[in-house]
Amino acid sequence: MDFSTVLIQTMNGLQYGLLLFLIASGLTLIFGIMQIINLAHGALYMVGAYLAFWLTALTGNLFLAILLGLPLAALLGVLIERFLMQALYRRDHLDQVLMTFGMILVIDSLRSIAWGNDVHSVAIPALLEGSIQLTETLEYPVYRLFISAVCGLIALAMYGVLQRTRLGIVIRGGASNREMVQGLGINIRVIYSLVFAAGTALTAFAGMIAAPVSSVYPGMGNQILIIAFVVVVIGGLGSIRGAFLAALLVGLTATWGAVLVPEYAGMAIYLLMAVVLLFKPRGLFA
Amino acid sequence: MRPLPRTIRYLLLALTLLLAAFPLFGESLSGEQHSYHLQQLTHIMILAIVALSLDLLVGVTGMVSLAQAAFFGIAGYSLVLFAPEFEAVNFWLALALCLAVSAAAALLMGLLIIRTSGIFFIMATIAFSQMLYYLFHDSAFAGGSDGIYLFLKPEVAIAGVQLLDLENPRSLFYLVLGSLVLLYLLLRTCLRAPFGRVLLGIKHNEERVRSMGYNPLFYKLAAFVIAGTIAGYAGMLSATQYGFVSPGQVSWQLSAHALVMVILGGMGSLFGPILGAFAFEGLHQLFAGLTPHWELPMGLVVIAMVLLLPRGIAGLLLQLCSARKAKPADDAALSTAVAVNKETSV
Amino acid sequence: MNNYKKIASTLGSAALTLALFGNVQAADPVKVGLLLPYTGTYAALGEAITNGMKMAIEQQGGQLGGRAVEYVSVDSEANPGKAVPNMQKLVDGAKVDVVVGPVHSGVGMGAVKVARDSGVPLIIPNAGFNAATGPLCAPNIFRTSFTSWQTAYPMGQVAADKGYKNIVTVAWRYGFGTESVEGFKEGFEKAGGTVSKEIYVPFPDVEFQSQLTEIAALKPDAVFVFFAGGGAAKFVQDYAAAGLQGKIPLLGSGFLTEGTLAAQGQAAEGVLTTLHYADSLDTEQNRSFRDAYRQQFGKEADIYAVQGFDTGLLLAQSLQQVAGNTEDRNAWIAAMSQAHIASPRGDWSFSKAHNPVQNVYLREVRDGANQVASIAATALADPAPGCKLQ
Repeated sequence: MDFSTVLIQTMNGLQYGLLLFLIASGLTLIFGIMQIINLAHGALYMVGAYLAFWLTALTGNLFLAILLGLPLAALLGVLIERFLMQALYRRDHLDQVLMTFGMILVIDSLRSIAWGNDVHSVAIPALLEGSIQLTETLEYPVYRLFISAVCGLIALAMYGVLQRTRLGIVIRGGASNREMVQGLGINIRVIYSLVFAAGTALTAFAGMIAAPVSSVYPGMGNQILIIAFVVVVIGGLGSIRGAFLAALLVGLTATWGAVLVPEYAGMAIYLLMAVVLLFKPRGLFA
Repeated sequence: MRPLPRTIRYLLLALTLLLAAFPLFGESLSGEQHSYHLQQLTHIMILAIVALSLDLLVGVTGMVSLAQAAFFGIAGYSLVLFAPEFEAVNFWLALALCLAVSAAAALLMGLLIIRTSGIFFIMATIAFSQMLYYLFHDSAFAGGSDGIYLFLKPEVAIAGVQLLDLENPRSLFYLVLGSLVLLYLLLRTCLRAPFGRVLLGIKHNEERVRSMGYNPLFYKLAAFVIAGTIAGYAGMLSATQYGFVSPGQVSWQLSAHALVMVILGGMGSLFGPILGAFAFEGLHQLFAGLTPHWELPMGLVVIAMVLLLPRGIAGLLLQLCSARKAKPADDAALSTAVAVNKETSV
Repeated sequence: MNNYKKIASTLGSAALTLALFGNVQAADPVKVGLLLPYTGTYAALGEAITNGMKMAIEQQGGQLGGRAVEYVSVDSEANPGKAVPNMQKLVDGAKVDVVVGPVHSGVGMGAVKVARDSGVPLIIPNAGFNAATGPLCAPNIFRTSFTSWQTAYPMGQVAADKGYKNIVTVAWRYGFGTESVEGFKEGFEKAGGTVSKEIYVPFPDVEFQSQLTEIAALKPDAVFVFFAGGGAAKFVQDYAAAGLQGKIPLLGSGFLTEGTLAAQGQAAEGVLTTLHYADSLDTEQNRSFRDAYRQQFGKEADIYAVQGFDTGLLLAQSLQQVAGNTEDRNAWIAAMSQAHIASPRGDWSFSKAHNPVQNVYLREVRDGANQVASIAATALADPAPGCKLQ
């Protein structure tokens, strides 16, 4: 393997990692900050992808679709939080597991009724269609670079809001101590709705923006569910920086695993997680 | 763990007797479909054993594991790989092997991950289960992704005398029912013994258990190995019933379904998860028979049950008992039976 | 006198039996069990097979051998772990006369197990795992689709004829993927080529960037791939986005471009695949089949619809021959194994192992459709190693 291939594979790994961070970003809020075990994360990601497909078909433009889809996803998040999750905060965490399991079934069924079971794709916006020549035979699509940039921006924005603003302090405080935040005269219910809606919108956004490279098909949510949890857990709960670095680490492991030990590529990221938890039982950056 | 209210004990006894009588009288009830119902009930009871084993971890000790399918599957694969192709394998040898393999796997996994807790423990169990899944899925030695057959069911004999003919669905049904009842009673007894009290204590307050001079890690590891071995036994029964194992039996989805059965049935009550297994599979059968979009009603019912039955089916039953009698003594029984959930959730 | 009486009474009772039997048969519909995925990733395949099969039976008058038809469907969820209980639900629960299914090979293993044990006829309308009509073949097991080998082997000769010497393969690491690659490799090596590297991707991962980088670095004469559904859509798009389209020819088993062309768009142009069907086959049967399907279901037929349609034809033809008598399984099975199906894919009949002996077409994607370039293999039979029926 020559040096340029090594370089390109490493870049592939980092780029995949950024994509994974995007996929897991909503979960870092809902699970990492609010500590809700949201099994429906994959289903909401799928909803985002189908929204992108549907709204792009209607409007003819992915960016317009995202603009329309984001409020819809946020609204869905508010509704789920208000009517389904709110009743469970004072109960055992496992009731949330059961609730979100039920949600997977309902969402998947509604998806099948509304949009059918076929494989779809979403066109890359004309603006971002080109590609960059890397080697004599290999090109790199601009849209993937665009996704990477978006991921970086989201990571920065999340970090900024949660670590540097008053709202962020309240949110992080509310996650670890409901009563205390409430004692400060802050309406914790609104905060929870807000965070859950933001988490849902982020998850759907990930589905929408990744739709042109991921294709849109039933079952696409199942595939990302576990890996999103892997990213958040390796990073350590509640840490945006942790999730970001963990995503890059997982991306590199999956990519280099496929190159170096293809027979065991499927196991690579789980081995990584097992090793991390063995030495750091609370994640890398807790 | 205190004794159950009398009504519930009678209810469980009646349900068990009804089940036991099914092979004898079921034919007049379900006619042609009798043999199918027999298979289906056997299948559900095997899943109930898995749910029961998981309750020892989730409901009793407070360890949420998604590795039950790993032990279930590895025992099933052990049976199939160990059995010769054209000859029935000796049941006792196979049993010893399957239990040993699942116990060893649980011990090994447990030693590595027992220090983690909460969600990190869940993810650690997923990590090892997924590695095992890919081992079976990606390598050719056990049939790869398509799975592998067991051609002849194990032979249950002592000194050449056949005790049970497992090829006969009725015998298998009774073997599974007997196993389920025995394991339930065994676990209940176990929980009343000092060992069980320590486990319950760990869920309430691990620090206190430590300060009383017990090593919680040892007890958690013991519970993990016991639960894994029981799941392995269920896996062996399942491989025997179907004569077919595939990576699906090792998947985390199967573990998740077992967890859903436990929560649906009512954590920590031991009998709840068994009812949960029947409810979960029953609802699935019911809705799948009605519409191809069975996921919709099924999902809605699950959501309604979470909202309306905070302590699962077992909690509902216990509440009904205490409401009917409205005696303080029964309230005490209720509160101890489900105290575990209350304490951790507030 | 005595003799006469005897004969009369024998005749009488025979007539009575016939009348009773006939009555029962006329009153009872033929029960057709469907073990197909109706939810999840493979739901579209289950739907297409069901549509195709029902359409074929409706075109034959809506009856099978003079009896009405009753369908009992079970959602397989494409879950091998539930394959045996789901199959038992049909065989022991609903007491179906025949099971049609499944789509997924792992489920197929479970279904074949129950079929072998119970003797109920099983007609596989998709799942291509070689074993079903190989080592696990049985008199009551039929397949109206293909074996993984069948759809990949002919591409070996095609690739060699194109002058490719050195090929890299990429596939999901699971039964269908490895069997397809092995089939291709056998054909290609027999024709003098070399497979220089077999790359496998964990199933069902769809991140292909590192494999594409590897291909670009290896610069083989061509690439042979096996993916299906969402993975196929994504691989072909990624292949083009990586700039490999047009530089290194992309070959595949036909599933690469089945049901995914709309999603793949321009990226699929020029891809060569081999399969036992192509939408654009210019035959009378295919045209009328596709018109009827479009009219009835409002969408284009695909390979899965064809396989379902042929399953319907097989049921109609064989039951016609035995006058709707499903009780005499041996006669019915014999009728099925003799069947000649005038299919939209071209005429075919069963091999001794009960897999179609059929043409495999070389298709090229042009203007968003699989255009038939030539017949890659005429009346190709799967060698069915290990099958004792032959």
